[in-house]
Parts: sequence; structure tokens; C-alpha cells
Amino acid sequence: MGLEQKAGDLGIVTTSLETVVNWSRSNAMWPLLFGLACCAIEMMGSQSANYDLSRFGMEINRASPRQADLMIVAGRVSRKMAPVVRRLYDQMSDPKWVIAMGDCAACGGVFNNYAIVQGVDEVVPVDVYVAGCPPRPEALIDGIVQLHAKVQRMKLDGSIRQPVRV
Amino acid sequence: MDHAAIIARLRAYDPDAVLGDREFRGQLSVAIRPEAIVRIAQFLYDDPELSYQFLENLCAVDYLGRNPRFEVVYHLLSFTRRHRLCLTVGLPEQAPAVASLTAIWPTANYQEREAYDLFGITFVGHPSLERILMPEDWQGHPLRKDVPLGGEEVAFTFNQARIDARKPYARD
Repeated sequence: MGLEQKAGDLGIVTTSLETVVNWSRSNAMWPLLFGLACCAIEMMGSQSANYDLSRFGMEINRASPRQADLMIVAGRVSRKMAPVVRRLYDQMSDPKWVIAMGDCAACGGVFNNYAIVQGVDEVVPVDVYVAGCPPRPEALIDGIVQLHAKVQRMKLDGSIRQPVRV
Repeated sequence: MDHAAIIARLRAYDPDAVLGDREFRGQLSVAIRPEAIVRIAQFLYDDPELSYQFLENLCAVDYLGRNPRFEVVYHLLSFTRRHRLCLTVGLPEQAPAVASLTAIWPTANYQEREAYDLFGITFVGHPSLERILMPEDWQGHPLRKDVPLGGEEVAFTFNQARIDARKPYARD
């Protein structure tokens, strides 16, 4: 049952603007690849034929922040790299989201020392944390689907509608 | 050449520069007076019997509480003679400095910068002695034994809220 059958011959479908905007944002989210360590290998794996991230409209991984609206920080962020992460985040156009992929990006992981930022949320605001060392491609894809669900709940003023508990 | 011949040749060249030699598991290491390191290195490079063409490795060690506290270690390799040599130079705690060997072995350039960055050892005569691994504005030299490891407190249920309140979260 597709949209054509529901709309009949009228060519009209009634919905809210919010739904259309969120639908278009979540279904064509272009990630900015930010592979910093071994998690990047799993990120590449999630785009390969076995896992096929493009099923969720995310086949175009950009090295350019101007065309991206999702930053996947994959790997540990060193103190020297942190200003670069923030600058690339600032260069992305709104609206933008961040996934911290793996334990190191989420909280520093095993690298509890002077050289590594203890969680990328000290540098950029993070929407979804994906646990694992490294997380499997299924885990990353699940994180992305969770982010899609979050985007679907966004209001037009940018606030998030809380999910309805039943 | 075997180790006895190497150390004999080195001592014959400059007996005052060699402070001592030690063999451990088939590896020869020679302690050199810091002022003589350039002359000794030039001799080891030029001498046709020794001809150490390659500086394999240059690193620093911090023996905290010992005098001299720091040690710079050079690992040399001769391709033609197929022998190796380890040179060590002891440096004091206050303002450790030793002459740079970049003029003899260009591979010393980045490795001396790394030793400077992480241990704060000055290499006199280096073409551009700047930090190589840490950010330019970093304070201190992190691989010294008296520098704390850094990072943050490990979170458990009893201290998680306190760590969370202190953590600098980023905003848009």
C-alpha cells in the first residue's frame, strides 16, 4: 500500500509541516566521516555490502563539513585533535547532529591519561553515544536509527518532543 | 667486528670520553661523556672499520631519583660491517642539554624533537627544536616521571554525580 493508493486521484495528502521536514531530514542524513582510530574500520564496514548503511539514506559520506549534517566521531580524540573537531563542527550547517561512536569517543575508554579528551562531549554536543570497543556495524546502525527517531520527534523551534509512554 | 674490538677501537680513539661499557644479552652499550658525544659520533660514522651509517633509534629515559637523572640513548647500526652499538649519555636534572647529532645523522631530527617534547631535553644546535607530538601551547613534558598521568577520576556509582557536575560539557 503506497502513498498513491491512499491519496487516490486527488493528488493531495494532508500532514503537518513538521512531519514533512523531519521526514526529509532523517531520511537523507549525510554523515561527515571523522575516523580517528580503529572504530573507523567498523564505520567503513557498516557502509559495505554486508551491512549497507545506504538502506537508511546515508550512502554519501562526506569529507567536507559544509555538505554534512551528521558527524560520526569514530575513535579517541587527542587533545591536539580537539580544536580540529570543534572547528569542523562549527563549519557544518544547521541543523547538525553528532554521534560519539565507541567507548573512547564517549568517555575516553581505556585511555585515561593526559593526551586523550575524556569524552568528545567536552568539545561538541553529542546526541547519541554508541558503546563498544569497537562497536559492531549493527550497533552503529542502531545508533543512527535511534538518531533518526530523535530527529522525527523534533519540533520546528528545535526542541525535542518527548516520546509518549504508554 | 666483535664487541671487544669495537670497544678497544673506541677507547683507543678517545679514552677520556668513554665512561664505561656494558654487555647485556649480546648487546654492547657504552656510556659516553656528554661533552664528547659529537666527536665520538663523528668518529663512529667516519671510521672505515666501524662505519655506523645509520642512527636506528634515539630516545630518552627518566631515572627519577638517580644522578644523573636523564639518559639519552642512541642505537647505531652499520649496514656494511653488520654490527650494532648503543651509546648512552647521562644528563643532570637541572637544564638537561646535549649537542644535537642532526648534522651527522639526519634521522636524529624528529627523534630529538620527540625527546625534547616529552622529556624537556634541549638539543643544542638542532635546526628547529619545537614540540612534535603535543600541542604547541602544552605546559610541561608529560613523560617525565614526576608529571601526573592526567585523565580523570574513574566513575563509580558513589562519585558519578560529582564527576558529572565537574565535567565541562560543550554547547552549540
